[in-house]
Amino acid sequence: MNEVDLSGITRRFGRTARRDAWWVKPLIVFLCLSSFVIYVTWAAFQGKNYAYGPYLSPLYSPELFGDSPHRWLGPKPGGWPSFLPWSPALLILWAPGLFRLTCYYYRGAYYKAFLVSPAACSVSEGRRRYTGERAFPLVLQNVHRYLMYIALIFLVILAHDVWTAMWFTDTRTGSSSFGIGVGTMVLAANVVFLAGYTFGCHSLRHWVGGIKDRLSGSPVQRQIYRCAGCFNRRHMLWAWMSLFWVAFTDIYVRLCATGVWRDWRII
Amino acid sequence: METVTFQIWRGGPARRGGLAGGGKLVDYSIPVSEGMVVLDAVHKIQAEQANDLAVRWNCKAGKCGSCSAEINGIPRLMCMTRLKDLPLDKPVIIQPMKAFPLIRDLVTDVSWNFRVKKTIKPFRPRAADAADGTWRIAQSDIDRVQEFRKCIECFLCQDVCHVLREHHLQDEFAGPRLLVYTAALEMHPLDVEDRLQDLKRAQGIGLCNITKCCTTVCPEEIRITDNAIIPMKERVADRYYDPLKRLFRALRGRKKN
Ligand code: SF4
Ligand code: SF4
Ligand code: FES
Ligand code: FES
Repeated sequence: MNEVDLSGITRRFGRTARRDAWWVKPLIVFLCLSSFVIYVTWAAFQGKNYAYGPYLSPLYSPELFGDSPHRWLGPKPGGWPSFLPWSPALLILWAPGLFRLTCYYYRGAYYKAFLVSPAACSVSEGRRRYTGERAFPLVLQNVHRYLMYIALIFLVILAHDVWTAMWFTDTRTGSSSFGIGVGTMVLAANVVFLAGYTFGCHSLRHWVGGIKDRLSGSPVQRQIYRCAGCFNRRHMLWAWMSLFWVAFTDIYVRLCATGVWRDWRII
Repeated sequence: METVTFQIWRGGPARRGGLAGGGKLVDYSIPVSEGMVVLDAVHKIQAEQANDLAVRWNCKAGKCGSCSAEINGIPRLMCMTRLKDLPLDKPVIIQPMKAFPLIRDLVTDVSWNFRVKKTIKPFRPRAADAADGTWRIAQSDIDRVQEFRKCIECFLCQDVCHVLREHHLQDEFAGPRLLVYTAALEMHPLDVEDRLQDLKRAQGIGLCNITKCCTTVCPEEIRITDNAIIPMKERVADRYYDPLKRLFRALRGRKKN
């Protein structure tokens, strides 16, 4: 097929007849995702102030090894190489990180905002070679479904953290009692947003029903599939809400732990 | 009445890489009235100032899919684009679709789409459900496919898709419209044909990078990427990119493609 080169439109980057501010959206995505990645990386390498009272930052959950009362197995493993920085977050953060990195929504968003492929619709890319998601490395995005399975497990763990966040230990008597603090609500909202995001995952939607052509014979499965479809419709919204809230939850716990903020008990 | 300037592409294809070899944008100023759509303006220009202006249209109701063009750089149906939704203080640019060979003025040759469509394996139903040779389908099973049947073949999605528009991979990629078409067949509750290998190879579904421009321009508001392309990508992944599924299939001794 011959190229139709209209009014001298060349393949130079940014060429378009569009009149609107097409660069605004990719720029916002670029700034938001970059800030998130920078903050999370910083927070993950801190290795301290990630727990306060019954609260544990979602960036550090599950805390497999560590120093807080939330840890599962014990303190920092003795065999940890000394040249590597240590933080409990480094052991687990790859899972939610890769889950988002391979998410269909984020892929589309960062292909535009970071790889300018294309930066916006009907705007020239100025790139000659293009292999899409068919060739290495992007073909690896297909692992998304496995990360989704892991993300479901993380959801259960984070929900358990909310439960833990309802039991406050009295420092004088050492006994624990039920309560709800602002931090409990922050942690709970985090699980709600993450669940909304995960339940709308395309791979999940495929797994629970999309794989089949006929679901009329299995009403329960059909309902689950439709449910996944509902979340999927707003997947982008859930993706952003959960992204911001995860970072905010970490900030909340961190600021309480450093004494900058005071956690208010509601009950 | 307000006077608005339209810059319309006139002529044949520009010379490759050159400046407006075979044609150029020509200014036409006309008075416009309330309620006009871009196609009305083009018709007015054709009637009053440029009798030989080539433009394809048919229904003027957004249903035939003939009047596709690029208005201010965005692929749209001319008959469904209201002037009041465009900035009229600057000239309105009207160009033919960029992803297809230009015939003249605003008319492009979209026959490539129909040629590719013929290569897609046709509908093949399972054996009839009843003795009289008929089938039974539950409405809930066909709902999903009905969204895809709304397609009016305007090919705006094909035009905006950067794989075709920018990278000219027509030989390797069928484009969003035809992926919607394939998805409609593949998800059909009666169909038993297997198109996954074709989706992966001939239709090159992996070339789509889910940037959703097709979904943005579709006048029928078909959620092309989310409802057709990604579900097909998932099915292709089931067969070709999921090591555990491959292992299970091997253990169960099912035939693999
Ligand atoms: S989502 Fe895929 S098919 Fe649609 S325009 Fe983008 S690359 Fe093309
Ligand atoms: S899918 Fe939408 S944009 Fe594409 S040809 Fe059909 S109606 Fe047009
Ligand atoms: S598609 Fe977004 S989480 Fe799976
Ligand atoms: S003239 Fe039929 S869709 Fe515009």
